Amino acid sequence: MGDWQAFPDASGHFGRFGGRFVPEALMAALDELTESYDRARTDEAFTAELDDLLATYAGRPTPLTDARRLTERIGGARILLKREDLAHTGSHKINNVLGQCLLTRRMGKSRVIAETGAGQHGVATATACALLGLECVVYMGEEDTRRQALNVARMRLLGAEVIPVTSGSRTLKDAINEALRDWVATVDRTHYCIGSVMGPHPFPMMVRDFQRVIGVEARAQVLERIGRLPDAVVACVGGGSNAMGIFHPFIPDDGVALIGCEAGGDGVATGRHAAAIAGGSAGVLHGMRTYLLQDDDGQTQVSHSISAGLDYPGIGPEHSLLHETGRASYRVVDDAAAMEALALVARTEGILVAIESAHAFAGAFGVARELGPEATVLVNCSGRGDKDVDTAARWFDLLDPEAGGEPAPGEDAPARG
Amino acid sequence: MHSRLDACFAAAREEGRSLLVGYLPAGYPTVDGAIAAMRAMVEAGVDVVEVGLPYSDPTMDGPVIQDAADAALRGGVTTRDVLRTVEAVATTGAPTVVMTYWNPIDRYGPARFAVDLAAAGGAGTITPDLPPEEAGPWLAASAEHGLDSVFLVAPSSSDERIRRVAGIARGFVYAASLMGVTGARAEVGEQAASLVERVRAATTLPVAVGLGVSTAAQAAQVAGFADGVIVGSALVRVLLDAERRGLGEAAALDGIRALAADLAAGVRAAVPASA
Ligand SMILES: Cc1ncc(COP(=O)(O)O)c(C=O)c1O
Repeated sequence: MGDWQAFPDASGHFGRFGGRFVPEALMAALDELTESYDRARTDEAFTAELDDLLATYAGRPTPLTDARRLTERIGGARILLKREDLAHTGSHKINNVLGQCLLTRRMGKSRVIAETGAGQHGVATATACALLGLECVVYMGEEDTRRQALNVARMRLLGAEVIPVTSGSRTLKDAINEALRDWVATVDRTHYCIGSVMGPHPFPMMVRDFQRVIGVEARAQVLERIGRLPDAVVACVGGGSNAMGIFHPFIPDDGVALIGCEAGGDGVATGRHAAAIAGGSAGVLHGMRTYLLQDDDGQTQVSHSISAGLDYPGIGPEHSLLHETGRASYRVVDDAAAMEALALVARTEGILVAIESAHAFAGAFGVARELGPEATVLVNCSGRGDKDVDTAARWFDLLDPEAGGEPAPGEDAPARG
Repeated sequence: MHSRLDACFAAAREEGRSLLVGYLPAGYPTVDGAIAAMRAMVEAGVDVVEVGLPYSDPTMDGPVIQDAADAALRGGVTTRDVLRTVEAVATTGAPTVVMTYWNPIDRYGPARFAVDLAAAGGAGTITPDLPPEEAGPWLAASAEHGLDSVFLVAPSSSDERIRRVAGIARGFVYAASLMGVTGARAEVGEQAASLVERVRAATTLPVAVGLGVSTAAQAAQVAGFADGVIVGSALVRVLLDAERRGLGEAAALDGIRALAADLAAGVRAAVPASA
């Protein structure tokens, strides 16, 4: 496919994907953002400030961990972990947000809005806004505010306003709709800090660039650790930012397989899933042409996943291109396989990963077995699972009735001594 | 070549007035109920009908149009139903255009949609999230089937963007009166008049103003400087209120007729700035 640095083209297209399908009212803001970002990325003052924040605030570089017991247990390729779970706020989301919030300040704007599903992007945005003295408003589907109540409290502690979204299906896609509605009315003082490699140009490119640090570090770390490149790089894909971030520097390395793991929910065959590539088709959503879940009339279908962060009916446009050109391949990991992987990683490595990241692990186990012991697989451990303890406890039925706080009807919950 | 919209704007200009564009979504409260409401508003003085295609992710719409579109989708409205609605409304003689987000047309197939819309008697489309950069195939399909293609400009549009949008638009240019989503506002945005002026500098096409216009007084005010006045949420609200209060269809249609007549009088009460 030639020179991957050439994507997107000047109009924001990744082949036939991407572009800008937004109301005219937002065009001026997207042009302004494109220009500001263009100037910032080659401005040493900007890149130095971002690098400094990434090092002294976010905790970069994140380590590369040899998952020895996990490797042994799986019985295939050597498994190396890129530890984005150790970045400040607990996931890779902080990399993008620091970049965009610095850019917000450069554009002379004082207010940042964001959408969030699991709450990780919302927490990261609230964090960066607190650090940089910006007003922060986070839109979150009402469903998700209930599922991820702890992250709502975290955002509020950090000074952000969290607005539960009650329109449409009350999930991440509707939070994005609501953020776009806010943006169109407040665009002169507000930046919309999109949380993944999605949306209208320049977001897919800009967020990828801010997340590229994952792959740049990991590539050098793997080279140093094993003296060669990995055979495969595996990441989970919601909108696709952690995957794009770790994939991008490896794209020119033809021998390195790039494998994205989409959320399969109850299984693609059931229709209750979030696998845009495996179970969707090309169309337009949230300002971009890409693969998405839609019905015969082009109405967006509601996605399903145990992982709130992967529960999105679309995927970033560059992934659609990587898929169609065959440079990356995409697999489906369903809820049950992801939760099994989460438990196995916890018990063998002492790392409680996010349910999103657990999808990457489950996919990587298959890849490791296919490639065999001579090979090395790099897994992006995109986040930590503290936010998911409640969901996992319910899934595995780990709560004592009295400690879980939800005694079965008619049962007395005895007081604990 | 003169399109139906061209002729309609020309006729209104002869009468020395602006024309009134009314928006309602197809399928709300039902497909037939929406058709009856659209016909009622034409009887009461609406010149051009915008048939909204209900969409799952209406990022440009405020709560009123969202609610009606959601209800229509829950009721199972399809793109075919929208075309049937166009067919039933176009027989009134009022130019009937489809207002839609891009993906439903993309999915239907732009060429096929143009064929079917033209066959239904539709006059064209308004596509708020299809920018000129992406519009090439749709413009070609529309032109081939004699359909007008209306595009939007906003107060934030640079003169260069306005020229670009006006350069590809057919029928009229839709000027958004304010930066925001659809929905009634207490006042029409101050930016509207100056935006219309900027559009006039770029094209001889008629300019219609929408977003936030809900009363006869606002319609009269906008008619003073624009060729067309677009009203959506205020009409949709009449249907939503009727449903919430448990009123029957007859009462809902009376409400639509009363508001449309009021707005039509407002449009006629203005002194066109160009007269
Ligand atoms: C830990 C973690 N990984 C992955 C994702 C999915 O996002 P993306 O596909 O953009 O990396 C999220 C989103 O909330 C997340 O919190």
